[in-house]
Amino acid sequence: MKPLQPVSPSARIALGVTFFVLFFAVWAAVTLSGYVSKTFLADPLTMLHSGYQLLVKQGFLVDIGMTVWRVLGGFIIAAALAVPLGMAMGAYKPVEAFFEPFVSFARYLPASAFIPLLILWAGIGEAQKLSVIFIGSFFQLVLMIAVTVGNTRRDLVEAAYTLGAGDGGIVTRVLLPSSAPEIAETLRMVLGWAWTYVIVAELIGASSGIGHMITDSQALLATDQIIFGILVIGLIGLVSDFLFKALNRALFPWAQLGR
Amino acid sequence: MSQPILEISQVSKTFVSRGGTTAALQSTDLSVAENDFITILGPSGCGKSTLLRMVAGLDAPTTGRIALDGQPVTGPGADRGMVFQSYTLFPWLTVLQNVCFGLREKGLPLAEQQSIARAFLAKVGLKDFENHFPRQLSGGMQQRTALARALANNPRILLMDEPFGALDHQTRELMQELLQGIWEAERKTVLFVTHDIDEAIFMGSRVVVMSARPGRIKCDLAVPIAHPRHYSVKTTPAFAELKARLTEEIRIEVQRAAGLLPG
Repeated sequence: MKPLQPVSPSARIALGVTFFVLFFAVWAAVTLSGYVSKTFLADPLTMLHSGYQLLVKQGFLVDIGMTVWRVLGGFIIAAALAVPLGMAMGAYKPVEAFFEPFVSFARYLPASAFIPLLILWAGIGEAQKLSVIFIGSFFQLVLMIAVTVGNTRRDLVEAAYTLGAGDGGIVTRVLLPSSAPEIAETLRMVLGWAWTYVIVAELIGASSGIGHMITDSQALLATDQIIFGILVIGLIGLVSDFLFKALNRALFPWAQLGR
Repeated sequence: MSQPILEISQVSKTFVSRGGTTAALQSTDLSVAENDFITILGPSGCGKSTLLRMVAGLDAPTTGRIALDGQPVTGPGADRGMVFQSYTLFPWLTVLQNVCFGLREKGLPLAEQQSIARAFLAKVGLKDFENHFPRQLSGGMQQRTALARALANNPRILLMDEPFGALDHQTRELMQELLQGIWEAERKTVLFVTHDIDEAIFMGSRVVVMSARPGRIKCDLAVPIAHPRHYSVKTTPAFAELKARLTEEIRIEVQRAAGLLPG
């Protein structure tokens, strides 16, 4: 191995898969051999079996659907408000000066700590779940988008001015398209964080969702179901990340050039 | 000399920063006639780019007045096209869309934008590259596109800020010839900033030499070489004579800028 030497695509996939295989092999070895008690950690086979039971007999698909819906709902609301506000802050410095200190403060407020308050205000219904995700992702998105837009190359802005663009043209024809790929990357990252918030919200007060299934399983000491739930979250995360990346590549082919 | 299209009168620039103030340009006067090709030659940091940026409206003068066709310059506008030293094509637009940028801003219909843009791309030898993205082009091709983009807007004056400065020597010479050919055909008024003496003589009908910081115009020489100019003029006695004189003028300024001579 040499530093920074690239790896071929096939070797990359093989190496990535190998780690998953190793992970499951070690897990199977310590559980099936009885080295770790079943009470604390179920073995992979039991986990897959009870996962199958959950999906087919106990309506776990509905829980998954609920969780996905909440993540997407909360995230889309956050993004729909954060993108325009972040753009405005990045483009117009007085707007940034007005919002930035508060947003910087608000982004350190832990979304999970709001859950008791939100239950008080919004009950344990959907509005509460969406609010947790919103609080967790909105402020992060705003700040990151504002920085991205604010970092637009000044010489491109100047070139546009000398070509006759007005202030509105600078925003819509330079700032927006030049930062679009990075904004999309930011959305992809923060969507990953939104997954953490939704599960926390469901662990504390919910009657459906993956997090709710996990708390139920805790009462029964069903580590197999808990682990299955966690793996499902990981898998959905992996798939959504992959789709998001593919979408970004398709939308912004120019951003891939010269990398 | 015909009616001046650009008048720079008593323009100076002082930058204010936390550490104090820096005088970039002393009071400067310059008048540019229609169809003139003026090269501004000077050592780095002499304020020549600052002067050009003020004409473009990207920086405001501290004192003095700049007027284009008698109208004071208050900000950037399409009547002053600019080619920058850095590659400033919009990376998300194709070559053709880049050249159409200003035309679209003027509100021309798409078909008309494209036919104008294609004509200028052909002039810079890039008609087969209209669907490429800037990052797929070499530096020389990017600057040719930037030139086409500025010319397509049909500005009153073309401002060029060391446009070939980032290119290798051979590419730079090709670009000089290409620009020379376009200028001979179109007779666009050009203000061209460079620190390359050969380039200043070969391109210009007048060479304006600037002193070390804070810059001022030190001398203003006509270039006695007829058009059309072929690259072989660089070996003629007239060229060599002017080059010797300019080399001497610039050398003193570079020494002064480096602190080797008393100001």
